[in-house]
Amino acid sequence: MARYALKRLISLIVSLAIASVVIFLVIEVAPGDPASFMLGINAQPETLAALRGELGLDQPKLARYLSWVGGLVQGDFGTSYTYRTPVAQMIADRLWISLPLAIYALILSTAIAFPVGIYAAARRGRIGDVTVMGATQLGVAIPNFWFAMILVLIFAINLRWFSAGGFPGWENGLWPGLKALTLPAIALALPQAAILARVMRSSLLDRLGEDFMRTARAKGLTQRQALYRHALRNALIPVLTIIGLQFSFLIAGAIIIEQVFFLPGLGRLVFQAISQRDLIVVESVVMLLVFAVIVVNFVVDLAYAAVDPRLRSRT
Amino acid sequence: MTPGAKRSLILGGILSLVFVAAAAISFVWTPHDHAALAIAQKLKPPGTPGYWLGTDHFGRDLVSMIMVGARTSIAVALVAVGIGMGLGVPLGLAAAAARGGWLDEIIMRGNDLIFAFPSLVIAILITAVFGPGAVNAIIAIGIFNIPVFARVARGAALSLWAREFILSARVAGKSTARISAEHILPNILNLLIVQGTIQFSLGILAEAGLSYVGLGAQPPTPSWGRMLADAQTMVSFAPHLALIPGIAIILTVLGLNLLGDGLRDALDPRLRRAR
Repeated sequence: MARYALKRLISLIVSLAIASVVIFLVIEVAPGDPASFMLGINAQPETLAALRGELGLDQPKLARYLSWVGGLVQGDFGTSYTYRTPVAQMIADRLWISLPLAIYALILSTAIAFPVGIYAAARRGRIGDVTVMGATQLGVAIPNFWFAMILVLIFAINLRWFSAGGFPGWENGLWPGLKALTLPAIALALPQAAILARVMRSSLLDRLGEDFMRTARAKGLTQRQALYRHALRNALIPVLTIIGLQFSFLIAGAIIIEQVFFLPGLGRLVFQAISQRDLIVVESVVMLLVFAVIVVNFVVDLAYAAVDPRLRSRT
Repeated sequence: MTPGAKRSLILGGILSLVFVAAAAISFVWTPHDHAALAIAQKLKPPGTPGYWLGTDHFGRDLVSMIMVGARTSIAVALVAVGIGMGLGVPLGLAAAAARGGWLDEIIMRGNDLIFAFPSLVIAILITAVFGPGAVNAIIAIGIFNIPVFARVARGAALSLWAREFILSARVAGKSTARISAEHILPNILNLLIVQGTIQFSLGILAEAGLSYVGLGAQPPTPSWGRMLADAQTMVSFAPHLALIPGIAIILTVLGLNLLGDGLRDALDPRLRRAR
């Protein structure tokens, strides 16, 4: 187990290193000079040069890369070109919306997908299964931001159960904050739940054919008991993989969903920064998201190596 | 083939065909000029004579916009699939030919790396840096198709390399590259086509998302995602502006997914025997 963990850790670090180089290079070739963008077209050459020096833009590429990565490791994400405030602070403020939203959506999608997938597998081929699978087929095809608009139309504009957007801030209590995140979380969760339910069903059906299921039936369990006691636990491994992967979709999806609901999260931060060519903010937020995704997948990998000894020896 | 597979093949085929046809016809004919402003006709509800799906806030005909928008979606998704296949399949075949060697290792580790990235975030980065537009959206979506096709091609090719007809081709003195192109590729084409339809539908969703946030096709090129973004502020009094492009996206994606499922069942002889 320790050997496996070490191997995965090394590949995690290599992935992060390559990711940081790629992101840095992409930002590096971006057209436009942040200093001249900040000062406008009428800037004096001397002021421009001074600002470039202050921002560190006159340093060679390698030095700038190293100082960026060095800063990241210490939690220093640099200073925003437009707002002149630490990027780390800006990200931390926004994270308090985006992270709860992604987690809320992940919980919802799991809570919906598990019962639905199990129900469909238990009734394979019958009308309940066919209906549920048809619904998930539709769920997979629905763009989450469109679904979000429809939710706003129904629950905010017509029924007035929720507000159509905005965020009251956590300082006004947990409940108003959660309420503001509910429609966005549902919009994010439902298409993901459709995928997860399909995986849950097919993974369970795969297990139903295995020998241990026959043994379970032979010792007198009903099909349903065998399904819950034996097949379910064994079916969870592929399901966990998908949940890990979905986290990355939820983070990225949250960026777009935040636009629909005018939530001041990481997504809004990124799009604002893009329009202001505040590339250091874009660079840092993207790196943070990539970091989150890579680390989550690493943790998921370790989690099943811990659960399933067969996986440890494979790589 | 099971009746279910047949049903999804037919339904998926019809839905996909409708949108491909709409896109193709839009080159020569649309009910109205999709870009013509006619303020007098603005915000007509669906069912208005002459404007079956209604008009938007500029009086533009929604049928025409959906037809031309289909062109954008299909073009972006199709080229992105082309990039993924064009680069991914040769990489996958090379990896399979080198099975276990250093080339295989490098290609597959590179694949894992791309897989680990949140694709939409990187697409946003690319379009943010190089400017929004259909071409950059294509590249951003296409890059993430490469590892998908490489993996499918490698997996399928690996099992073929152990087969006798490949062995006889090697005995006949054919080079690895020639065997890959002449014997392996035709035998894995089925799988690649199925994967292609799936990636095609994902590409349409991704394009819609990117143009919704303003990073995809730029005005005046119509796209379904941007129609939705425009509709957002008017959803309370003109819900058809949001409903219609959304339904167009859903039906297209649903059609392609059903087509993919149906094709997989129809083309995979193992599934046929199992029933």
